[in-house]
Amino acid sequence: MVPLHYYLSLSALLFVVGVIGVIVQRNVITIFMSIELMLNAVNLAFVAFARAHQHVDGQIFVFFVMTVAAAEAGVGLAIILALFRNRESVDIDDADILKW
Amino acid sequence: MDFPIFIVFGGLALGAAISVVAQRRAIYSALSLLICLGALAVLFAQLSATFIAMIQIIVYAGAIMVLFLTVVMLLDPRSDLSSPNRARFVSYAAIPLALALGLILLQAVPGKDVSLGSQTANLAAAGRAEEVGRVLFSKFLLPFEATSILILVAILGAVVLAKRKL
Repeated sequence: MVPLHYYLSLSALLFVVGVIGVIVQRNVITIFMSIELMLNAVNLAFVAFARAHQHVDGQIFVFFVMTVAAAEAGVGLAIILALFRNRESVDIDDADILKW
Repeated sequence: MDFPIFIVFGGLALGAAISVVAQRRAIYSALSLLICLGALAVLFAQLSATFIAMIQIIVYAGAIMVLFLTVVMLLDPRSDLSSPNRARFVSYAAIPLALALGLILLQAVPGKDVSLGSQTANLAAAGRAEEVGRVLFSKFLLPFEATSILILVAILGAVVLAKRKL
């Protein structure tokens, strides 16, 4: 039987990879995919804890996380389309109008 | 049998995740993310969350990734090749900081004494659509209904944002 802390360690590693992606990548779409990666890492931790506590509530929470991720993907990709239309680029460094 | 499955698909998920971050073309990142989601679905099924595993395949790998791939292909293929010569200092600061975050997270992981226990018939039933649906429509009815409003807002937001004249 695989112990709980193996799943949690995998979840933590996936989350860290997602964080690195958000900071290092400059393509907006890839940054967005890294966010999905982090959400999935948290989902894995939820399911592992649901199994460890023999309780279905953690799985319900994963269900809600997936719903929010779907809504976020719809709106976020629409924003990326609008950004591309205005800037002709998906490079995050080109979207700096609020910066200076 | 459980342990080899965890090693193979956990390693696959981790490798695909690193590939998502490391690829320079968005289309390769999207395909890597697809592999990662599929491997995680196998892990969910192994944790006796069969309904969540199916939802992972249908909603994440099916709907959300199709949306991603559509947008990637809709955009100019030349524009997604980010210029490599402008290395930013945040990229150099990111790796040690992310590793520090990883160490903190791994430290918070409980020790070896927490066992998942063996899979009982009762537990296998808990992950099926029947039991998940029963809890979803009784104990979590209000959050479920709130989710429908969230989805409605997301639909309206996507339509408004994607209009040609913003």
